[in-house]
Amino acid sequence: MATTTLTKAEDRTAVGHAARIAHVSKSFGGPEGQQLVLDDITLDVAPGEFVTLLGASGCGKSTLLNLVAGLDRPTAGSIETPGGRPALMFQEHALFPWLTAGKNIELALRLRGVPKSDRRTEAERLLELVRLGGAYGKRVHELSGGMRQRVAMARALAQDSQLLLMDEPFAALDAITRDVLHDELTRIWRETNVSVLFVTHNVREAVRLAERVVLLSSRPGRVAREWTVDIDQPRRIEDTAVAELSVEITEELRGEIRRHGQH
Amino acid sequence: MASTETAAKDTARDLAGLEAGLDALDAVRVSRTPVREVLVRKVLPPVVAVVLVLVVWQILIWAKVTDDYKLPSPSLVWGEVTDAWAQGTLLGFIWTSVSRGLLGFLLALVIGTPLGLLVSRVRLVRAAIGPVLSGLQSLPSVAWVPPAVIWLGLNDRMMFAVILLGAVPSIANGLVSGVDQIPPLHLRAGRTLGATGLRGTWHIVLPASLPGYLAGLKQGWAFSWRSLMAAEIIASSPDLGVGLGQLLEQGRETSSMSMVFLAIILILTVGIAIDLLIFSPLERWVLRSRGLLVKN
Repeated sequence: MATTTLTKAEDRTAVGHAARIAHVSKSFGGPEGQQLVLDDITLDVAPGEFVTLLGASGCGKSTLLNLVAGLDRPTAGSIETPGGRPALMFQEHALFPWLTAGKNIELALRLRGVPKSDRRTEAERLLELVRLGGAYGKRVHELSGGMRQRVAMARALAQDSQLLLMDEPFAALDAITRDVLHDELTRIWRETNVSVLFVTHNVREAVRLAERVVLLSSRPGRVAREWTVDIDQPRRIEDTAVAELSVEITEELRGEIRRHGQH
Repeated sequence: MASTETAAKDTARDLAGLEAGLDALDAVRVSRTPVREVLVRKVLPPVVAVVLVLVVWQILIWAKVTDDYKLPSPSLVWGEVTDAWAQGTLLGFIWTSVSRGLLGFLLALVIGTPLGLLVSRVRLVRAAIGPVLSGLQSLPSVAWVPPAVIWLGLNDRMMFAVILLGAVPSIANGLVSGVDQIPPLHLRAGRTLGATGLRGTWHIVLPASLPGYLAGLKQGWAFSWRSLMAAEIIASSPDLGVGLGQLLEQGRETSSMSMVFLAIILILTVGIAIDLLIFSPLERWVLRSRGLLVKN
């Protein structure tokens, strides 16, 4: 495993971690035999760190996220999330259509145990945070795709978890909206100091957002390589530095994919 | 330093403005139909249809296609209505049946809902009684009248038993199909928010399955009403009071075709009215609030 030096991240591990994934393997199987999807993944996310998990289809990145979220159990290894149950955002907004935007957030607050009297104010504060102050009473179908994802982000933040898991949350959005939401996510991440584990297959997106990019190989998923992204925020997706690192990572990713065609 | 700060503020304002613009461009506009258009499009057609039926009926009378005792004229049936109204019995007939039907339906709701939840959520229960439950829907509830009379006697309990056997499977099956149609994503999202077990059922499963459940309730009411009419026609006894079914049977016994017609029209009207006044608005409200009712 080729790992660049991570002075910043090492500092953080000294004070703990938001997620510790240790030697995790996962296989799915029927009677015809087991299929190994994740193989011996070891990965720490430091408090307040932004990590992107990058990989081609079939690398098991969503599976890994589900394991960290506690929606499924690893076949081997252990996963610790000391900050409690992580919040999870999906590619689809996954907002409940029978509730308004505000009530979706309030449901998360209620399930977290926030007393009824505080929920409304807190929901409005979170909507304000994602710049949707006027959307409290809006139904999900009245919101645009980008607005829905921002409400979903507010709902995830309502869980007040130290770790936010994001499963390609912007993949279904148009490029302009996605670009804006990248800026928003960076802003919110810096304001809230939440740790983020962000899954994507988009190399530029990974470099644009992350402090650390982790490349997974496919079938089975293994940690192939890691990069620390030393580019100052706020970044833009069209920055030269972002583009240069993206080219390097893309080369590596293509190499990983090519290996599968050889046998 | 100061310049970087202003630059940061500028980008922030820039982003907020950009976002507001995107939101305004993308926002989905939802408009409601004006009342006049609703009247013209939704109310007028059925009224015209009813008037047409009355006209055809009257033409058949004028043409003397059949004897009076087989086909009474509309005015004869209307006379039956005004007579019953004058004697003060009309509302009594309706109320006897409607109160029975609604009470039976509420009872079916109380039993059918937990049953449907159990069948949809517990695999073993589904395997055991799921097929029986959907099979029961195809059994005409009138088939239950003879055994119900033998077991419970000629009384209200027997009526309720027949209603329950007709309506409970519909309500339970409606809820089961409602639960089956919940997108798995909503269940996963609920679990990550901490809605597991009973909390998951209350906050996620029940509201998510509401459209299917309401369809089941609608059918459950139709089945309740039908079963009740079957029971009232077959089982008439002085202790039971006169509902619409008994009215129909009385009309047959006294060879009063206009009374038979009156009973049939009332049964039909009540069935439609309950659906139109209670279930349809409820269903439309649920679908509209979820954005599932799109105008074309």
